[in-house]
Amino acid sequence: MENRKVLKSGEFLVDEVQANDIFIPEQFDEEQKMISQTIQDFLDAELYPNLEQIDSPDINLMKSTLKKAGELGLMGISIPEEYGGFGQSFVTQMLAAEKIGAGHSFSVAFMAHTGIGTLPIMYYGNEDQRQQYVTRLASGDFIGAYCLTEPGAGSDANSGKTTAVLSEDGKYYILNGQKMWITNAGFADTQVVFAKIGGDRVLSALIVEKTFPGVVINPDEHKMGIKGSSTAQIFYNDVKVPVENLLGKRGEGFRIALNILHMGRIKLGANVLGAAKKSIVDSVKYANERKQFNTLISTFGSIKHKLAEQVIKTFALESAVYRLSKDIDNQIEVNKASGMDKGKASIEGISHYAVEAAILKVYGSEVLDYVVDEGVQIHGGMGYSAEMVIERAYRDSRINRIFEGTNEINRLLVVDTSMKRAMKGDFDLFGKANELAANLESVSDNKKQDESYFEEKLRAIKNFKNLILIVIQGVSKHFDKKLLLEQEIMNNLADMIIETYIAESIALRIQKMEMINGIDPSGLYRSMLDVFVYDAADNIRKPAADALNSFATSNVQSTYKKVVETLTNVTGINVKEARRKIADKLIEDNCYKF
Amino acid sequence: MKILVCISNVPDTTTKVKFIDDFKKLDITGIQWVINPWDELSLTRALELKDDTSNNIQSVTVAHVGLVGAEPTIRKALAIGADDAIRVNAEPADAWLVASQLANVLKGESYDLIFCGIESSDFNGSSVGGMLAELLNYPSVSSVSNVKLENGQAVITREIDGGKEIVTVPVPVVAIVQKGIAKEPRIAAMRGIMMARTKLLKVIEPVAVDSLTEVVNYEMPKPRAACKFVDPENPGQLVELLQNEAKII
Repeated sequence: MENRKVLKSGEFLVDEVQANDIFIPEQFDEEQKMISQTIQDFLDAELYPNLEQIDSPDINLMKSTLKKAGELGLMGISIPEEYGGFGQSFVTQMLAAEKIGAGHSFSVAFMAHTGIGTLPIMYYGNEDQRQQYVTRLASGDFIGAYCLTEPGAGSDANSGKTTAVLSEDGKYYILNGQKMWITNAGFADTQVVFAKIGGDRVLSALIVEKTFPGVVINPDEHKMGIKGSSTAQIFYNDVKVPVENLLGKRGEGFRIALNILHMGRIKLGANVLGAAKKSIVDSVKYANERKQFNTLISTFGSIKHKLAEQVIKTFALESAVYRLSKDIDNQIEVNKASGMDKGKASIEGISHYAVEAAILKVYGSEVLDYVVDEGVQIHGGMGYSAEMVIERAYRDSRINRIFEGTNEINRLLVVDTSMKRAMKGDFDLFGKANELAANLESVSDNKKQDESYFEEKLRAIKNFKNLILIVIQGVSKHFDKKLLLEQEIMNNLADMIIETYIAESIALRIQKMEMINGIDPSGLYRSMLDVFVYDAADNIRKPAADALNSFATSNVQSTYKKVVETLTNVTGINVKEARRKIADKLIEDNCYKF
Repeated sequence: MKILVCISNVPDTTTKVKFIDDFKKLDITGIQWVINPWDELSLTRALELKDDTSNNIQSVTVAHVGLVGAEPTIRKALAIGADDAIRVNAEPADAWLVASQLANVLKGESYDLIFCGIESSDFNGSSVGGMLAELLNYPSVSSVSNVKLENGQAVITREIDGGKEIVTVPVPVVAIVQKGIAKEPRIAAMRGIMMARTKLLKVIEPVAVDSLTEVVNYEMPKPRAACKFVDPENPGQLVELLQNEAKII
């Protein structure tokens, strides 16, 4: 795979990606599988027997469980060896994040520590800061937190009021302010705190230790879910932060915050994947035990439909998660080759894929919400009982659509970033869009005779992309610079882009699986792709029509209508039988083995 | 002092067992392979003994009879903490073959403590440990639930009916181990996983040994019949069912 094509973020919209150009989970090597198994063993031995107690909540138990993960080296997976870590690839980091993701509130505490708590210092810290903090965070001796949000500064992160003023002797910043919704607040030893220095209009980042006088941590918040994770407000009252604890350059905080959030979003995509797989297993196990009308409920079509949908969405998410992870690894290698140090190469590689990061965040969190919601439904009345793990999964899932940037913010980002990067010249979006728009009357679905199975699917996906370009061209021309204010239309576009990226990911994965293993005689995976593309056409048709009808005058409405119909025209399939096939495999295995 | 832990490569315990070739062969499609649970606990105990420096254990080696496909399982044992590994390149057709191949490996080697799981969770033959000890002319102790080392001898606890028996045995000795030897299997740490790729995994070609068993065929257990409920007002029906259907009275 050395010569595979490295795409720019968002470039998939105008490019035809080949199956050989993507990485698929079926390519994990022995070591990656071993790391994955270690995390599974850790959760089975150290977390699941104590989950009830951790969520009671018991932050001491949470802390000691984190320390045990540290002893196994799990906190050093993303950290280079020179700072006490294991320097693993981004794919491996994501595989680890997936496995940990099945860990309910522990997953949140662990990810906050290893991700937003540790990596800002790894990526932006100087050598002294890395040696002093990263080595201890990588071993678990220190636990980290990330302090960006304030009562008045949530999605609008740059509006924070926390300030830092240089002391008269020039040795300290005097930090004052208030942060809220801080994960791990109750026990974190280090905090990466964003504040405005002097009268700056932009943020800077400081490394603050819990023991610095003037740091006051409120009691933990009572939350809907992830109850075992410590979440609290932190107050800074004239805290003296040594000037050497400034992270990166003065004024670089907002950039650090945004780039770290890109990383957090991608990893959240992996976390929710692991959580979804676990809830699918809980769902099918229950369906295989519960009898009504003297029959196992897993034999009912309604239940099979739910189980199959859980699997298809999760499998599709997984395809996108590892496709993107390897793209990032490739970009990191390109960055290293250009002379960047490891930390910078990593964060720039991750930020490079900002569009796809937001896609994974939105799609993944909504897949998990679907999976746990139907999981509760499969459990019936028992699903509403706090005795069942699915009830916990349902509550724990909900935060994923809110943190690491709400899904609303991320939908805007998907579209805005794609368009900005295209305007910057990363790829030719508008040229192709204008070309298509100039020939609306002759838009065709480009169906060829005797096309192969995958040619047909990939043609459908290319049509989705063309429809996206046509909508972008139409709304850009009509709303011009005010498009960003038309959030409903931005959401329409985001939904189309997300659906298309995921559809392409699952299609290329299944194509590549067949390239490696030959055609699967059971037709199981093709059934998944059939259902996904069939549904994607519908999921794309509606937002496309909504966006176009928001400005189209009556004389072009009918043209647009025809264009939408043509470009979302896919072959009809028997989705009932396709879903039953997928559900039957899950039911037989009584476990997620796809 | 050196320890050898014999390991089997078995299907994960959640595997749905299926047979092919007219019920003569296990269908291995899609199976996830793991270290036999008893062997994994033995390895954990061996490493605990090594961790205690007063025992003066030089090394813990794992030995396996099987084909190359078993190497991920062997490397997992190295990741958990074994120092090196030996694989005898032969299909583990039956207990006699496995024990003979292991005995051949051990000839001329100086392992003091040899751990074998009491059975493997696939075919549950429960024979290799005893055969191995006989072939080597070593003492063996079965149903072992604890092993300690004192003054160069093995102090072994074995489970007996209604209690425990503690025996002192001179080394070398084969300990045939059951669950209880260690609390939980040790989890491979990141450092161990990274080091596993650099540890020695020696492959030895097998000696000629006849397999003494032939599989005629396998049978699946009959599916459990549905539960029948008898009205408490109708004990006659219960008696009738027990007598004529279950045929137990």
